[in-house]
Parts: sequence; C-alpha cells; structure tokens
Amino acid sequence: MAETHAPAPERLAWTLRTYVRLAWTWCRALAQYPASLLLLTGMVVLASAAEMGAVAIVFGHAGTLVGFTVFEGLLVYALAATAFGCADLLMGSVERLGQHIRTGSFDAMLVRPVSPLVQLATDGFSPRRLGKVVPALAVLAVSLTVCDIDWTVSRALMLPVLLASSIALCCAVWLAASCTQFVATDAREAANSLTYGGQALTEYPLALYGRGIVRAVTFAVPLAFVSWQPALYLLDRPDPTGLPAALRWAAPAVAVLSCVLAAAAWRSGLRRYRSTGS
Amino acid sequence: MRVYPAVFALGLRRYSAYRAATFAGLLTNCVFGVINALVLLALFAVRPQINGYDSGDAVTQVFVAQSLIAAVAVMGPPLDLDERVRSGAVATDLLRPVSLTAWWLFDDLGRAAFQLLFRSVPTFGVGALLFDLRLPDCALRWTAVLASFALAVVVSFGLRYLYALSGFWLLDTRGVWAVAGLLGPVAAGMLLPLPLFPAAIGEVLRLLPWASMVQVPADVLLGKDTLPGGGVPGGLAVQAAWAVVLLALGAWTATRATRRVVVQGG
Repeated sequence: MAETHAPAPERLAWTLRTYVRLAWTWCRALAQYPASLLLLTGMVVLASAAEMGAVAIVFGHAGTLVGFTVFEGLLVYALAATAFGCADLLMGSVERLGQHIRTGSFDAMLVRPVSPLVQLATDGFSPRRLGKVVPALAVLAVSLTVCDIDWTVSRALMLPVLLASSIALCCAVWLAASCTQFVATDAREAANSLTYGGQALTEYPLALYGRGIVRAVTFAVPLAFVSWQPALYLLDRPDPTGLPAALRWAAPAVAVLSCVLAAAAWRSGLRRYRSTGS
Repeated sequence: MRVYPAVFALGLRRYSAYRAATFAGLLTNCVFGVINALVLLALFAVRPQINGYDSGDAVTQVFVAQSLIAAVAVMGPPLDLDERVRSGAVATDLLRPVSLTAWWLFDDLGRAAFQLLFRSVPTFGVGALLFDLRLPDCALRWTAVLASFALAVVVSFGLRYLYALSGFWLLDTRGVWAVAGLLGPVAAGMLLPLPLFPAAIGEVLRLLPWASMVQVPADVLLGKDTLPGGGVPGGLAVQAAWAVVLLALGAWTATRATRRVVVQGG
C-alpha cells in the first residue's frame, strides 16, 4: 500500500477522493430507480416539514419562549437541523457498524486497501438525506433574513465558520456514538439517544431545559455549540443561563477537539476489535 | 387451538433474546421523553392552558407516547411478513393449516407483550420518577388503561398487517413504510399531543386509526372528557371498533392476496 508512505496532504486528498468516488457509486446505483429516489426524497422533505411544523406550533402557542420569538426559534431549529442533516448525509451510515460486525461485512472492509472509516461512512450513502439538508438550509436562509441580526463583517465571516464547526461537531458525535457498538453490537439505539436525541435537544433554545442541562451539554457533551451558542452569537444575546459570552467563540476549537476525541475512540475501537469469528 | 398460544410464546421469547438492544431502546425512550417533556413544560409555563390541556396532561402524554413507541411500532419495524412476501418465503406460511392473519397476530402480540413489560413499564416508571405525572387513582381506571394499551397494540398490528399485505401487489413495502413512518407518529399524537394542533386538523386526526395508538390511550389514562362519547368508555369503544375493522379488512385482503400468489420453482 503505497499511500501509507505518501506525505500527509496527499494521503488526505486520496482519502477524500475515495470517499467521493464511493459515495458517487451509491448515488448512481440509487439513480437506477429515479421514481423511487424522488418519492423517498420527497418523504424525507415532508418529515423535515413535520419536525419544523412542531417547532412552529410550540412557538406559535407560546409567542416567545425564553426570550426567543418564532423566527428566532426557527433560526435555532434550522442551525441544528442543518448541522445534523449534513452529518447524517456524510457520516450517518456509521451507525450500522454493529450490523456490519454481526454479519461479518466489517471484516471484508478491513482487508480492502481503503480506510475502513471511509468505507463504513459511504456504505449505503443516500442522496435522499439531502431531503433533510435542503429544507433546513431554506429555513435557515429565511430566519437569517427575518430575524433582527446586526450584520457586521465579523458576523458575516463567522457564519460559515460556525456552520462548518457544527457540522464537524455533529459528525464527531455520530462517530463517537457509533463506536459504542464495538463494545455492544446490539446497542445501536443507545447511540440514537445521542444522535437523534441530540438533534431533538438542540432544535430548541437550550435555556428552556434549565441551567443543569445547559451546563452538561456545554462542558460534558458539547452539543450547545451546534445551535445554541451560534444563535446567541448571531442574535447578539447575553446568555440567559449566565455562561460567559466568550464561549460563543469557542465553537471551532470545540469542533476540532471533538473530532480528535471521536477519531481516538474509533482507533481504539478498531485496535481492540476481534472479529465475531465463525 | 394450542398453536396460537405457542406462536405467542415464541414471539415473546424471540424478543427477550436481545437484552442489550432492549436496554438501549429504553434509554433512548427516556432521553426523548425528558427532552419532549421539558419543551412542553416550558411552553405550558407561558400558556398554562391549551385546548383543555395543562402541563401535567402534556407531560403524561409524552411519557405514554414514549412508553408505547416500541409496543405499537408506529415508526417500525415492519412485521417479518413484509420480507417473507418479498422473498417468497410466505409460501411456507400459506402451507400451514392455520389462518395467516391469526398466526401473525399472535406472533406480533408476543412481541408487543415483551415490549409492554420491558420497555413501556420501565419508561413510564422513569417518567413518573422524574416528573409529576397524572396517574389514575383507582383500580378500575388502571384496568381501563391496560385495556386501552392492549387495544392500541391490536390496532397497530391491524395497520402493519395491511402495510405488509400491500407487498402482494407492490412486492416491496418500503415505500408504504416511508409514508406510514412519517404520517403515523404525527397522526398518532406522538410528535406533539393532538390538542396542540390547529383545532380542525386535530379533530380529523383524532378520528383516524393512528390516534388509537397514542392519543386515545393517553386520554384514557388522563380520563379526559374530550374522548368520543365524553369519557373513557367512548375512547375504548373507538379503539375496539378500529381493531375490529382493521382485522376484518386484513383477513379479507389476505384471502384476496393469497389467490394472486404464484410460487416459482418447486
């Protein structure tokens, strides 16, 4: 395997190319059934609309919730839905790790000369999940326009940085949660409480859950940096739970740290992996 | 007929094999229960009454929904029958000298009984520990709740059996499930309690069979007078009616479907 001796940037580029190529293969496979692909994508769009409808109904009844109006609430929702939607698209397939271990297909991935993480993440890659990302981006665009945001240069520049950080953070959450399946192959649903549960949690302004939970998801599992801290920054609000305003600048660092930790979890899982045998 | 109790027992035993998965599912139900409950508590702190619901009612309904999610399988998984129709293994089922509908009903009741014992009871228990739930105060009302949960399971089987039978015509039920997995939780009152919906939509959804899986059991537990007929007996009657209609429709569709079956090979 010549790639392992190549310099790091080249290796990274090669990994990314493999990812794109494998993902594209799955897209072409699914495109063989265009009607099915379109209908199922439409269903994902409707499911996103239902989730958004729930947020709109809650804010509609309340008027303002913990100081957030309907559109400010939708901004929080859209930030969370965009980040988790993109992470689901890019990394969502890793949650099937347990199934691959059980059926032995994970062993097949280990003997191929491509990073097993890339193979796992692209296995069953589904462009249907764009049905989550596109509506979320649309709501994001609308709420960014409607909300009263003071568009300074630094805010405009920080927006893409914050989005990239939350997507990376969500990918890390997805990978770390799935790594538990190295230990307990059946426990896929436990990971869901962190991934889908994390999405459900961050879709609302975190202050409504109370100080204890806000501190836990700021310092223990840093989900606060997915939508809550970015929203506070964009809307220029003081933190109602009393945490320092400097935290909202920490999102990129938190994202990098989470990715490093998730990668470490993946590597240690891979090292202690013993095939199920036969 | 001793075969049906045996099918029931096997269904129950099969699910008891996956302990880690059961525990993981339980954890997920509790996490979602807490998140949904806190959101609704924040909402009801601002608006104490919405269409006859207060914070206690809403939080109780959240935990009824999370408790029943596995037993009524409103978001899946499908019956094993779906895959057997696709692969052709259903031919083996049709060879058995028993009713196809009753066979799968008892298999699914076994699964649901396991889920009620090991998912519903602990999830509701955790909810009752963490939050101030509205609980029935006498044995008679608890009996009504049990009956309502049991009917919810039968209605859920009736729907999933029809989804599975559609496979005889469509060959693949994934499309049906894509629609049902989306419509089901919304219409059942699982995404949000139906009283929070705009009144017209809420009223229509209450009449559909999906409401019998979460909203009606929750209202029976709460003893709400918004139930059809103004109380618990009316709610149970609606569930029973849907159970009978769906099972009859399923049995009739099954006879139609099996007449179409062509088994290849030999």
